[in-house]
Amino acid sequence: MPHPAAVSPLLVQFNALAGGLFLLCTFGMVATRQVQGCMRFFIWQSIFLAASACLLGLRPLSWHLLAVAAINLINKPILIPWLLRRTVPEEIYTRREISQVLNIPISLLVALGLAVGAYFLSEPLLKVGATQRIGVNLPIGLAALLLGAYTLTVRREAVPQLLGLLSMENGAFFTSLAVAPELHLFVELVVAFDVLIAVFVIGVLTRAIHEHIGTTDVGSLAVLKEESSR
Amino acid sequence: MGIRIIFNLLQVVVVMLFAPLMAGTTSRLKEIVQSKRGPSILQPYRDIWKLFHKDEVVSDRSSWLFRFTPYIVFVTPIFVTLLIPVLTSYPLFFAFMADMLGGGFVLALGGFFATLAAVDTANPYGPMGASRTRLVGFLAEPVFMIVFFTVSFVAGSTIPYIVQQRWVNPISNFFEPAHVLVMLAFFILILAEGGRIPVDNPSGHFELAMIDESKGLEYSGPSAALMKWGGEMKLFVLLCIFLNVLVAPWGLAQSTGLSDVLLAIPLVLLKILAFVLVLVAVECSLAKLRLFRISEFLGAAFVISVAAMITWVFAL
Repeated sequence: MPHPAAVSPLLVQFNALAGGLFLLCTFGMVATRQVQGCMRFFIWQSIFLAASACLLGLRPLSWHLLAVAAINLINKPILIPWLLRRTVPEEIYTRREISQVLNIPISLLVALGLAVGAYFLSEPLLKVGATQRIGVNLPIGLAALLLGAYTLTVRREAVPQLLGLLSMENGAFFTSLAVAPELHLFVELVVAFDVLIAVFVIGVLTRAIHEHIGTTDVGSLAVLKEESSR
Repeated sequence: MGIRIIFNLLQVVVVMLFAPLMAGTTSRLKEIVQSKRGPSILQPYRDIWKLFHKDEVVSDRSSWLFRFTPYIVFVTPIFVTLLIPVLTSYPLFFAFMADMLGGGFVLALGGFFATLAAVDTANPYGPMGASRTRLVGFLAEPVFMIVFFTVSFVAGSTIPYIVQQRWVNPISNFFEPAHVLVMLAFFILILAEGGRIPVDNPSGHFELAMIDESKGLEYSGPSAALMKWGGEMKLFVLLCIFLNVLVAPWGLAQSTGLSDVLLAIPLVLLKILAFVLVLVAVECSLAKLRLFRISEFLGAAFVISVAAMITWVFAL
C-alpha cells in the first residue's frame, strides 16, 4: 500500500498509465500484420518505457533513472530502427503480410492468457511488502517478457522475431526500473550497447539470408538442404 | 419531483432534435475533408421531412414484424435517453428504472428487431446484411460486457450517474490505465456499433458491401424516416454515454435551475462536435476492413478491454 514518503498520486497514476500503454503496445506487436507496424509498436513501447523511467525518477529525484530514460530514448526509438533500416533490405518493410504459425485472433487470445498469467505469477511476489510502483511495473514487465518470448516463437519472419527479442529486453528493463532502481549506470550502458550490437548482427544476418534465398522467412529454414533431398 | 420529470423529457427532446444535426455535421465535415462540398448539415432534417410526406409500400408477403420494427427502432433510443445523463449530473426521475446493462439490452433490442425485419421480406440483400450485422454484433458483445463490468466494478455501481463521478473525483483517477483503456475499447465499440469506417462504410451505396445499411433497404415513406431517425438517435445516445459517463463529465448542469440545464445543451453539443471531429479524422484516414478482418479489429478491442480489467483488478 502507499509508501509513507508518499509520492504525489498524479505521478503514480501517470506511471500506471505509461505501464498500461506499454502493455498495449506489446499486444500490438503480437497482433499487427506488417513489419512496419510491428516496428512502430516497438518504438512506442520504448517511448513508454522511457516515460516510466522518467516519471519514477522525478520524485524522489534520481538523476540515475533520468539518465536511464535518456539512454533509452536515444537508443531504442531512434538508433535501433535506424540501424534496422540500414541493414535489412527495404523490400521487407513494404510487404504487408507477416507469416505466422497461428492466426491473429487465436494468437491474441493466447497473448491475453499470458498477460493474465503474468499477473498471477507476480501476485505472490508482490505480497512481500511491495511498493505501489513495483505493483505496477513488475507484472507489466513480466507480461512484456512473456509476450516477447511468445512473439519469438509464433512469428516466422526474422525482423519481427528480432523485435520480439527486443520486447523481452524492454520487459525486463521495465521491471528493473521499479525493482532495482539503483542498478549501476555502467550496467545500463553496457546493456544498451549490447542490444545495439545484437540488432546490428541480426540485421546483417537477415540481409545475408535475404540475398541467399530471397526471403526472410526463417521459420521455414528448419531443415538442412542435404537432409531434405535425401 | 415534477421538475425532474420535465428535465427528463427535455433530454428526450434534445436527443430527438439534435441527432439528425449530428449526422448532417459528420457527413458534411467528411465531404469537406475529402475536398468536396457535400450536402448542408440540415439535410437529414429535410430527408426525414420528405420521407414523412411520402406514401409507404409494404410487401404483402411480409408479416407484422416488418410493420412493427420501425417503431421499436425509434422508441428504444428514447427509452435509453431516460436512463442516462444527457444534460444533468444528478439523477433524474427515471434514472433508476434500469442500469447501464439494462440500457445496453434495450438498445440491442432495436437491433434485434431490425435484423428480424430484414430477414422477413426475403429481399436478397436483407438477410445478408442482417447476418453480417450479427457477425459484428457477436464480436462486439464480449467487449461490451467486459467494458461494462470493468466500469461498474471500478465505480462500485452500475448506475451511470454514479459512475461518471468516479473518474474525475479526484482528477488523478482520470489517468488510471483502466480508464484510458476502457475509453479506447469503447471508442472502437462505437465505430463498430455505429457502422463507421474501419468496420462499415456509412455512405456506401453498393449493396454487396453493406453491413448496416442493407437492413433498411425495404422500408419506404414514414417507416424509412423512423428507421433513419432511430439510427441517428442510437448513435447520439451512444455518444452521450461515452462522453458524459466515461470521458468528460464536465459541462453538465449541477443545479436544478432551468437556466443551468438550458446552458448544458450547447456545452453537450460542443463535446459531441469535438467527438465528431475525431470520428471524421478516423474515418478519413482509415480504409474499410475486409469482412473477415473485422474479427481482428474487434479482437483487439477485446484485448484492450481485458487489459483494462486486469490492470485494475490486480492493482495494489
